[in-house]
Amino acid sequence: MENLSQNYIGEGIYKENILDHFKNPRNYGNLDNATIKFKDSNPLCGDVIEMQLKINNGMIEDVRFLGRGCAISQAAASMLTEEIKGKNIEEVKSIDRNNIIEMLNIPIGPVRVKCAVLSLIALRNCISNIKNG
Amino acid sequence: MQVQTLNVNEIRKDFPTLSKNVNNHKLVYLDNAATTQKPRHVIKAVQDYYENYNSNVHRGIHTLSEEATLQYEEAHKKVASFINAGFEEVIFTKGTTESINLLAYSLSEWLKENDEIILTEMEHHANLVPWQQLAKRKKLRLKFARIKEDYTLDMDHFKSLLNENTKIVSVCHASNVFGTINDVKKISELAHEYNALVIADSAQVISHMKIDVKDLDVDFLAFSGHKMLAPTGIGVLYGRKELLKTMQPFLFGGDMIKEVTFEESKWNDLPWKFEAGTPNISSGIGLGVAVEYLKNVGMNNIKSYTEELGKYALEKLKEVPGIELYNPEGQKTSVISFNLKGVHSHDVATLLNHEGIAIRAGHHCAMPLMNKLNLDGTSRISLYFYNTEEEIDKLVESLKKIVRLFE
Repeated sequence: MENLSQNYIGEGIYKENILDHFKNPRNYGNLDNATIKFKDSNPLCGDVIEMQLKINNGMIEDVRFLGRGCAISQAAASMLTEEIKGKNIEEVKSIDRNNIIEMLNIPIGPVRVKCAVLSLIALRNCISNIKNG
Repeated sequence: MQVQTLNVNEIRKDFPTLSKNVNNHKLVYLDNAATTQKPRHVIKAVQDYYENYNSNVHRGIHTLSEEATLQYEEAHKKVASFINAGFEEVIFTKGTTESINLLAYSLSEWLKENDEIILTEMEHHANLVPWQQLAKRKKLRLKFARIKEDYTLDMDHFKSLLNENTKIVSVCHASNVFGTINDVKKISELAHEYNALVIADSAQVISHMKIDVKDLDVDFLAFSGHKMLAPTGIGVLYGRKELLKTMQPFLFGGDMIKEVTFEESKWNDLPWKFEAGTPNISSGIGLGVAVEYLKNVGMNNIKSYTEELGKYALEKLKEVPGIELYNPEGQKTSVISFNLKGVHSHDVATLLNHEGIAIRAGHHCAMPLMNKLNLDGTSRISLYFYNTEEEIDKLVESLKKIVRLFE
């Protein structure tokens, strides 16, 4: 039997929870009666994320996302949906890229940061569109 | 099987970066189509220029400037002989991109509305965007020769695009994504029947095989120094002398003129007519040294070694479960694109990097091609004559681990 450390690549850079969120994304799919949707993409990698929110009385009552791409972009989106569900918009506004990197809990180089924050950018666009709309 | 036409262990000692560690692993550098590593000889030549005879070229009447001029011109001669061109036919640019932009600008004067330019679907953006933008400005028609399902060029389709309105045929000599080598000689022959000008983007082949511009019978040929052991910021445009003589310069200013009055200017002799401003002297000299180095190793040796190693890599990669390979049917290539089922290429590259393995991932500056093939990107390895079978084995082991991780 192979030793786990020989078997395991990257000394755990892709932590179990990232792979788990990538393989079994939370809140994935279309949201019926979404108040607002925003789709953003990262042309460099082909990552695509669409965030869909249902807002009620300034609260994010429900959230879903659609997307495809690398593990980091998809896991970050999945984690972000868990993070914001049930929170009020003002609270969610303060989420920044550092929070995303903390959630992922892995070292992220400058190139891959774009993957990590794609869902955050889509979320922010959703929120600013509500205000404008 | 044995890949050993070269003494690779000795060769590797010439390349300082190859002995580096990355993430506590010995570097395995498989991104040579992006840029090659540099031998000490080239690094030393650049340093030597700055330490011993740094000065401007073609200007100063002093010892240092004379030395710099001599070395810079010598580099042109070396490159000219390397591709069997005349000294006046070799223009130093900052790279393939600038070479092609130069052409798109200077040739535009000869083009009129409804003239046609033919490219292929496998172009790098460098040989696509300049023509696309020119076509928009001058209302030209831009046509693309199709890529077949086996990742080779559809020559019948290419032929069908040729007609009396075809003025320019600009093709990638080898695809930077699939390693497909296009039959530029045949393309030239066909295009010349319609008196079209033929341009080869040879950025991906110049470091891998002997290029003879006369034999290929192209009108122009472009390549970058940094993909052939030279520093960045230097590249080449070859052009047939008769054409370069009549073409308008691309950049205007110092060094490209013979005589200037307040009203008029007379252009300098070739190739300087196309090298305005102080050139990238150190990199130019470095390019000359790189060419010498390649000649010493032998272009035929390089070709057979990298082809054999490519064959080895292709066979080994087939061992990886769920791998999808995009290699051209029946061609020997040292560039191999692939995907692992269910894993994005950027994840592959990130994880390989953690084991010290450098590969390229993404769209490889060929977005229209990726869209056509419905790919978000690929992982790509590109080999050179300092790579080894052991490095391929290491790559394949790591890829197997990635597959297990994502299972």
